[in-house]
Amino acid sequence: MIGVFHPGTSVVHRAPALLKLALLAAFVTATALVVSLPWLGAASVVVALLFLVARVPARAALRQIVPILWLLAFAMPVQVLFGGWEAAGVMALRLVIAVALAAVYTLTTPVSATLDAMQTLLRPLRRWIDADRVGLALALAIRCVPLLADLVREVMEARKARGSEGSLLSLAVPVIVRSLRTAEHLGEALTARGFDD
Amino acid sequence: MSGIVFEGVSHDFGAERVVEDVSLDLRERRVGIVGANGSGKSTLARMINGLVAPTAGRVLVDGLDVSREARAVRRRVGFVFTNADNQIVMPTVREDVAFTLRRHRLDRADAATRVDAALARFGLTELADRPAHRLSGGQKQLLALASVLVAEPGIVVADEPTTLLDARNARRIARYFADLDQQLVVVSHQLELLEDFDRVIVMEHGRVVADDVPGVALEAYRTLIS
Ligand SMILES: Nc1ncnc2c1ncn2[C@@H]1O[C@H](COP(=O)(O)OP(=O)(O)OP(=O)(O)O)[C@@H](O)[C@H]1O
Ligand SMILES: [Mg+2]
Repeated sequence: MIGVFHPGTSVVHRAPALLKLALLAAFVTATALVVSLPWLGAASVVVALLFLVARVPARAALRQIVPILWLLAFAMPVQVLFGGWEAAGVMALRLVIAVALAAVYTLTTPVSATLDAMQTLLRPLRRWIDADRVGLALALAIRCVPLLADLVREVMEARKARGSEGSLLSLAVPVIVRSLRTAEHLGEALTARGFDD
Repeated sequence: MSGIVFEGVSHDFGAERVVEDVSLDLRERRVGIVGANGSGKSTLARMINGLVAPTAGRVLVDGLDVSREARAVRRRVGFVFTNADNQIVMPTVREDVAFTLRRHRLDRADAATRVDAALARFGLTELADRPAHRLSGGQKQLLALASVLVAEPGIVVADEPTTLLDARNARRIARYFADLDQQLVVVSHQLELLEDFDRVIVMEHGRVVADDVPGVALEAYRTLIS
């Protein structure tokens, strides 16, 4: 979800996030209900067409989908053994279709559009849920992933430079301390930008 | 009533007195603050938008008491931090700039125009859809500036905005500062950044020890640390 957005002007890009989310849910549900291989094959073709229409570079698309293929490489033999070829094929296609659809969505939809869509969805519940706040929390959660990754990398490098590799404590302590400091700074920055309630 | 006023301001963290009875009336367009590490510069700067509350005295921004009307003050004061990484919230450059305007409840087209203008001003148009966390240090600082200035604050406070930048990017930021219409308060150890400012304040052990035009104040600071 982080930094995978691929800007473009295709229909898939321009479709409202809410519509895309609804279609995504409907399509994934439908494939979960269908048990015939030919139908799932047809669905795969539709998904492949979506990628073509969205003009997402093949490399970016593959990066999203390859991990699930690895998983299947292990899960398939077991399925074949217990449920036969057909059941294994159905399961595999369903999974690949679901992941590929999710990939089309994240590759063509900026995070802020997803946040907006979610706020629209939450609006009927506004008496109980502050949609702005939920959106902000989500945005921060997404932001924290690269922030934490950078932090761990820096601490590892510093550890290496000081020759104290190996000890888990020498990784955990600075990472936790610096995470807390980063959280504090992020909070201050939000306050300074007027998000202080 | 425009300007920043410190009235007998002190601050301590626990037992340690960090800012000691500072009174200042800042009306100049460009004000620099210098001083040794730990002399209280950041603490003083943070008081301008209420990130730190004084333990004695008061701070007024455009006549508003910062501790009482922090919300209103923050709408007038934009704050730029040293480490832009901590200031970035949204995943892409454009989204981060737009994020500031969320609270302003502008209509969509209006907000988009302002975001585009801010991006163009800081040379970020090309990078608009890039992941914000993968920008270079200098680009991140430009993004931080764009995200602050898109809200059009009347006063900009920057705490060592060029410390993490190379000479070229530091000059670039300095140039943007020179073109700024807003009142500007900059804390810096890079004295050349403050040379064409209107006024420079020198801090030492929480006190103001010099307060003059840059030529005189920076000279006093150089003597102090040599
Ligand atoms: N949150 C805090 N808790 C306790 N002490 C603090 C805190 N923040 C700052 N101090 C102390 O207050 C003093 C002044 O800090 P301040 O950050 O204002 O200095 P500075 O002039 O900005 O220094 P530098 O040039 O290193 O940025 C220092 O002695 C510091 O240790
Ligand atoms: Mg400081």
